[in-house]
Amino acid sequence: MKPAPFNYIKPSSIGDALAALGEHPEAVLLAGGQSLLPMLNMRLVAPSHVIDIGALPAMNEVSIADGWLRMGALLRHCDLAASPTVAEAAPLLQAAARHIGHPAIRNRGTIGGSLALADPAAELPACLLALGGRLVIEGLDGERVVEAAAFFTGTFETALRRDEILRAVEVPVLAPKYRSEFHELARRLGDYALVGLAAHGQIDNGGVHDLRLAFFAVGDKPALAVAAARSLEGKSLSEANIAAAVALLADDIHPIGQPGYGERTKLHHCGVLVKRALSRMAA
Amino acid sequence: MSDTPPHGPLHAVLDRPNSYIGRSVPRPNVRRLLQGRGNYVDDIRLPRMVHVAFVRSPYAHARIDGIDTAAALNSPGVVAVVTGAELAEYCTPWVGVLSHLAGLKSQPQHAIAIQKASWQGEAVAAVVAETRAQAEDGVDAVQVQWTELPIVADMETALDDQTPVIHPDLGDNLAWQRSFEAGDVDAAFAAGTVVDEEFSFGRHTGVTVEPRAILSSYEPAEGRLTVHHSCQAPHMMQNIFATHLGLEEHDVRVICGDVGGSYGIKVHAYADEMATAALSVMLRRPVKFIADRLESFLTDIHARDHRVRARMAISESGKILGIEIDDLTGIGPYSVYPRTSGIEANQIVNLTGAQYTCGNYRAKTTVVFQNKVPMCQYRAVGHPIATAVTEGLVDAAAAAIGMDPIEVRRRNLIPDDAYPCTAATGLSFEGLSHHRALARLVELMDYDSLRAEQERLRGDGIYRGIGIATFIELTNPSAMFYGVGGARISAQDGCTLRLDAKGNVICTTGVTEQGQGAEAVMAQVTATAVGVTIDKVRVITGDTDVVPYGGGTWASRAAGIGGEAAVQAGKALRENILKVAGIILQAEPETLDIREGRVVDGADGNDRIGLDEVGRIAYYRADTLPKDFQSELVATRHYVPKLFPFAFTNGVQASWLEVDIETGFVTLLKHWAVEDCGTVINPQLVDEQIRGGVVQGIGGALFEHCLYDDHGQLLNGSMMDYLTPMAAEMPDIEVAHVETPTADSELGAKGAGEAGTAGAPAAVLNAINDALMPLDVRLNIHPATPERILAALGTVG
Repeated sequence: MKPAPFNYIKPSSIGDALAALGEHPEAVLLAGGQSLLPMLNMRLVAPSHVIDIGALPAMNEVSIADGWLRMGALLRHCDLAASPTVAEAAPLLQAAARHIGHPAIRNRGTIGGSLALADPAAELPACLLALGGRLVIEGLDGERVVEAAAFFTGTFETALRRDEILRAVEVPVLAPKYRSEFHELARRLGDYALVGLAAHGQIDNGGVHDLRLAFFAVGDKPALAVAAARSLEGKSLSEANIAAAVALLADDIHPIGQPGYGERTKLHHCGVLVKRALSRMAA
Repeated sequence: MSDTPPHGPLHAVLDRPNSYIGRSVPRPNVRRLLQGRGNYVDDIRLPRMVHVAFVRSPYAHARIDGIDTAAALNSPGVVAVVTGAELAEYCTPWVGVLSHLAGLKSQPQHAIAIQKASWQGEAVAAVVAETRAQAEDGVDAVQVQWTELPIVADMETALDDQTPVIHPDLGDNLAWQRSFEAGDVDAAFAAGTVVDEEFSFGRHTGVTVEPRAILSSYEPAEGRLTVHHSCQAPHMMQNIFATHLGLEEHDVRVICGDVGGSYGIKVHAYADEMATAALSVMLRRPVKFIADRLESFLTDIHARDHRVRARMAISESGKILGIEIDDLTGIGPYSVYPRTSGIEANQIVNLTGAQYTCGNYRAKTTVVFQNKVPMCQYRAVGHPIATAVTEGLVDAAAAAIGMDPIEVRRRNLIPDDAYPCTAATGLSFEGLSHHRALARLVELMDYDSLRAEQERLRGDGIYRGIGIATFIELTNPSAMFYGVGGARISAQDGCTLRLDAKGNVICTTGVTEQGQGAEAVMAQVTATAVGVTIDKVRVITGDTDVVPYGGGTWASRAAGIGGEAAVQAGKALRENILKVAGIILQAEPETLDIREGRVVDGADGNDRIGLDEVGRIAYYRADTLPKDFQSELVATRHYVPKLFPFAFTNGVQASWLEVDIETGFVTLLKHWAVEDCGTVINPQLVDEQIRGGVVQGIGGALFEHCLYDDHGQLLNGSMMDYLTPMAAEMPDIEVAHVETPTADSELGAKGAGEAGTAGAPAAVLNAINDALMPLDVRLNIHPATPERILAALGTVG
């Protein structure tokens, strides 16, 4: 389990990193390495160059401006989990961070690496979807911003072009009366989820509004249960209303099974997670 | 009833003033290992050493039409690319059969496959290079032309007429079949209430922390082979390397240094390891092979994979009247050498129901070939299956007649005063303590309170269950296990003790250390038997050039067999030391004793002379001793169990868990184990053996499963997808002991390495079924995954 030979580049500025990316069409970016290194060692990828962006300056900031929480792409999962700013502005992200792998993985892994990799079972892409987040991308031509809903396009596939670098991610600062729930089912602590749910919505006047139910580990990318969420708009989170929404999940979510864990079980578990998340949101 | 037997002559040898028996002393190697200073095979680097990586079959069954090695030979650093036919010049094939498993057959297996590959992962060529990375680059460059062959994946249809035969020379896919019958089974089933269940046990594997590892070095000038090997049985491997590489046994040296876990995985002759040794002979230089984690999943032996149809008849008064089982198992394409792949099935026939008095028993087992990773002995061979079947039937039968699970066991376990006795299956029991152990368990877990709590929580929609599993464990095997069938595997073990000139004792033993603390046990026994403090004992294991001939460490034999050899060697050395001391002190040796490294007067303990002084005089000033006296400050003794073929132990476990009936997830709340391994030499090490064993048993019950598709492709062969049991999901495990020493040895120790694994799966599945009883659901599938529990509940189809 040794990687195929590759060249290693460690640029000191994002400009140099972009130049290196442009120069080497078979290059990959290395951030925290928690997914890339195993993939290299298993020879699932054999790039010509590994461009280590871990030392790029000013890419792990946490800041708030104009109602948006901005987090640099090199922010590590452990720092995401520990940040009081994140806890206040986006408690969903903090709740999710605890579920990302094990402490050793969270100590090295970066949020940008996880988002750019777009593993369908990863926690953060679904959170971004639930929160209506956006991704700040830098290329040789400058910066562009992509909505989370448009960013994740498939298994390990995103709107990120191969000569671009994910610079930061932004989510709206938690608005009044909004609440979040993060639930996942994993066989063992720290495992990839069998299935997971990031839920976000406003509880006001006894009803739920603007509810977003973002599932992960269900298909090739995080998925919003649009019909189920819409069915609850303005309604109370009563047992009956929740049950009716759960019944709509089969229209929204089309899970892909995995060995020993079929799509019907997965869909059933999605329903259980919705029930549990919304019951807590109502409490 | 007391948990401790009366002290008799049995314990006299150990009941000494400075006894270490029954004390949790630290392991001599623990500080070094915890500091990261272990010296594992991969830490060893020899001059001119090269690395081998293997080209492995991507298909479960495929003919090799050609192997193009040209590009690989040109790859940087590559030294050689070797095919099976080329290596066969250096290594003869083997057949994994034993004569006492009558009728067991298998195909000759080569170190590297020659005409075809028979499982996904079988090696078909070796690439040797200066570094492992270069060897892997070379592997990528080898082109193999394949023709896919029809695959035998499902053991249920392996014997069907339409199913292709994997090895045409064998005629069919049947490896072995055994039937057994005792008593009047038909009459028993006609007389009672009958429960009928089907059990299935998934394939799983051992997942050692250190993977399989071998560094083989051949010295052509002397014709000597030195093999550094992560292995449990160095003398067995010495014989196998010599036999198949055409060397004399004394020209082969096998060294097992630090070994990072074994669990039975490292007690077999693996083709890729044989190939590594053969390559070192062929290339005349050291060759290293370290299995990486992905190839571990594809080449380490797998275990279990049984389907058992089983019935039990029970009377209204709770008397088990009859038991019948029909077992089927698939073992991959070869019976593994030299222990064979028939032993697990044989154990299931032998062990099922053997803790109970029921004499009416019928069993059949069918062992078939298939195109999957070869199966062989892994921790608690057969026990988890026999126990889960027996105890699952007992719980089902108890429910059928409305009797408490504890009570039905009380009424059927062999009475503690019935020994020695023979089970229906012919196993001889010297002395077991089922009833004392069960009573201790009931007390430990506060059974009645748990039942009350369970009942109360059911009212709140919380489903908790209690699962009980009684079991027996085969330990300290005599030659009846392997030797009688023709395998050159030593059942006896030896120990040599030598007093050095400073009064220290050097202990060399045939048993091996794999991380479980066998060296600590040997040090404790040696220190006690000789009469020195434990810091004065140095234990050397695992080097066939150095240690007495022995079997190594497997089948829970190290403490019981190796320990007794150390007892006897210790007695002999003490006697020899006291002869010298008697002369020096002008006292009768019988009046002297050795305590804490000093010769004392036996009667009052008065200090006479230190062992360092005895050593100094014996070694440096022998001129001061009588001319007709020769000191012998070294003693060797060997031991093999003689009175009984095996020292059976017994135990009982209980699991307390909660089933989330919405998700199918199981939360383990608590686990108890009471076991009787005879004399407990080191309580902490025994407890951790039990706990570790329980965890591996839980692994099989809830998590671990080698998932295959219909094409014989392993679907989850990585640490990401294969679920080893991890700490966060494990319950607190409380351990207690009953001690019934074996009279076969003065030490009285039986084995403890497998009891945890033997009983845990049964306890967990019984607890799940107990939890789900109000829902009228039974589940006998291991591992009991959330999906399977939901399917049993009817939640998902």
